[in-house]
Amino acid sequence: MIAVIEPTWYLLLAAMLFGIGAFGLMVRRNPLIMFMCVELMLNAANLTFVAMATRLNDINGQTAVFFVLVVAAAEVVVGLGILVSILRRRPGATADDLAELKG
Amino acid sequence: MADLVWLIPAFPLAGFLTILLFGRRLGDPKAGYLATAAVFASFAVAAAVYFDLLSRPEAERQTVVTLFSWVPVGTLQVDLAFLADPLSILMCLFITFIAGWIHMFAVGYMHGDAKFSKFFLYMNLFVFAMTILVLGENLLVTFLGWEGVGTCSYLLIAFWHTRESAATAGKKAFVTNRVGDWGVMLAMFLAFSAVGSLSYTVLNEGAETGTLAASTASAIAILLLIGAVGKSAQLPLYLWLPDAMEGPTPVSALIHAATMVTGGVFLLTRINPVIQASYDWVPTTIAWVGGLTALFAATIALAQNDIKKVLAYSTVSQIGYMMLAVGSGAYVAGIFHMVTHAGFKALLFLGAGSVIHGMHEEQDMRRMGALRKFMPITAATFIIGWLAIAGVPPFSGFWSKDEILLYTLADNTPLYIVGIITAVLTAFYMTRQIIMVFFGEARWTSLANADEAPEVAEGEPPVETHNAHGEFKPHESPPIMWIPLVALAGVAMLGGIVNMPKLFGIPSGAAYKLEEWLHPVVEFGEADITGSWADNNKYILVAIAVACALIGIALAWLVYERKRIKPWEPSLFANAWYYDFAVTWFMGNPGREGFQAVADFDATIVDGAVTGTGVAVKATASEVRKGQTGYVRQYAALIGVGVVLLLGWFVVIRGIL
Repeated sequence: MIAVIEPTWYLLLAAMLFGIGAFGLMVRRNPLIMFMCVELMLNAANLTFVAMATRLNDINGQTAVFFVLVVAAAEVVVGLGILVSILRRRPGATADDLAELKG
Repeated sequence: MADLVWLIPAFPLAGFLTILLFGRRLGDPKAGYLATAAVFASFAVAAAVYFDLLSRPEAERQTVVTLFSWVPVGTLQVDLAFLADPLSILMCLFITFIAGWIHMFAVGYMHGDAKFSKFFLYMNLFVFAMTILVLGENLLVTFLGWEGVGTCSYLLIAFWHTRESAATAGKKAFVTNRVGDWGVMLAMFLAFSAVGSLSYTVLNEGAETGTLAASTASAIAILLLIGAVGKSAQLPLYLWLPDAMEGPTPVSALIHAATMVTGGVFLLTRINPVIQASYDWVPTTIAWVGGLTALFAATIALAQNDIKKVLAYSTVSQIGYMMLAVGSGAYVAGIFHMVTHAGFKALLFLGAGSVIHGMHEEQDMRRMGALRKFMPITAATFIIGWLAIAGVPPFSGFWSKDEILLYTLADNTPLYIVGIITAVLTAFYMTRQIIMVFFGEARWTSLANADEAPEVAEGEPPVETHNAHGEFKPHESPPIMWIPLVALAGVAMLGGIVNMPKLFGIPSGAAYKLEEWLHPVVEFGEADITGSWADNNKYILVAIAVACALIGIALAWLVYERKRIKPWEPSLFANAWYYDFAVTWFMGNPGREGFQAVADFDATIVDGAVTGTGVAVKATASEVRKGQTGYVRQYAALIGVGVVLLLGWFVVIRGIL
């Protein structure tokens, strides 16, 4: 018999993951790492969805996860494509270097 | 038959469109014949409608023909509708009749002109617009025609636009007319706000039943008077008409004598119940404007040497008579004079055109004389026109002028005296013209061949220089030009029969025909002079009028033919009382400064407000955009902060969760 883990722990883990992701997004300059941070935050949200779906016995939470996964996949496709093409022209560019759209 | 009233403008419109598309191919003279036929077809329809209305009882002589709903905007419902009633059909009859003859004359007069078909294009467009003006059932349709005739007038005055003076005269006419149009537009707005409709029927009914307040009625009447003053060339806006003589002579005859310039008088007659419902000073103002214009223009005509300028000022003066009639409540007499004047003035202008044509584009009367031997038909018809305008019985002008003076005396004695003096002056300057052109010694022999070349160099229109080389000799015009003269001479001679008084044993069945016909239209506004001194002593008035005419003629005869008295032509009169100079000076100096000030106000204050708004937005934006750093990480942080703030707001302030 596996001890039942309280959903609270899952939420705590999700919050930590989200915090790490958000912190990383703000402090790191490597675009690829920033991407990973965004993924981390998305997955933290997913974890929350699943945890709460189990606790409330509501399938809707799990459904939402699939939407998030699909959107994240699409986002990665587009984002990585852009990143690759940028890094081809300007190797080693950081996120702060890509600031041409400033007002 | 009255339902076919829309055919009256349709024929000239069809002619216009045909010449527009095929004018060049039709060429000279077929385009002219087509245009003439279109106008006469229009006359035939007008005659048919007339007989249809005549066959009905008096109360039913009115048909509204609605073509379509023109401006359906909320409570403003304006139809493109025609009103076939005694007044509009009478106007259509004489407009199309005289226009037809003038078109025919123009075929001969414009022969050889490079823009022959274009001339008839404009002429047909003019007849179309003029019939729209008189047939309109509401102010807006009339205004459509009103602007249409103004445009055609502009196009035709400036027809020989390569000549600087013609182009300028066209612009002057257009701009001066705009001043008057402003009044008509304001009158329309006011009519709509007062009775909720632009229809004459509604407006006049409002005036008759008293739902239209006297103050509103006065304002509408005065605003329409401003429009009429512009269109009918009265003081103080008469300026453009003498200059309009720069156009080809048939244009002067048709537009600037017979038809368009009477539009103002027509409009005031159309709304006669409104004038009746307004304060007493309104008709008095109209009468004084007319009377003073009549006298003022007649004095100027005394000293003019251009054959067409004399007739132009004479036209201004005669329309002054019509305004005087309208102001005196003599609407029938005003319309009667309009009809007879259209006949004899068109005749005089065409006669002048024939003389100019025969003299090879010479317009200065000082270089004419003794032309009756060379142009017998023109001379004979011109003399008939002269007797008609001078007011010699039994020619048409006598009857109508007499009728106006009768009502004027009953209404306002000082104005009667003004009218009488004008009558003497009219007879005088017309006799002077006749003598200078057709009698006396031939003064053109000296200019003969030597003067021919500089005439053309002066910038005269590119006319056919027939006889340019060889012996200079005036010649009679071809039949296509003198047949209209003879026809119009018939009108000038017999035009009076439409409204004979019951004098001289004229049977009562034949008298006052026009008054009977127009009775339903002017019933409310027409002054009743029965029992007044003037009405009881008509024979005395007739005697005075005839005496005036004869005195004027005799004086001019003594001065210009017998040369017993030295001609008195002060430069004050020759220069039109320096009114034109004064206006030009004013517009050039203080006026110009005023306009400049307005323009500066526009450039600095109005434009400044607009530009200032733009500048302020731009400045704000350039501050705000500094927050747009382009750093992705900063945006992410801001989003994070925003989420925290939003959550905080929801949780702490709204208390959700």
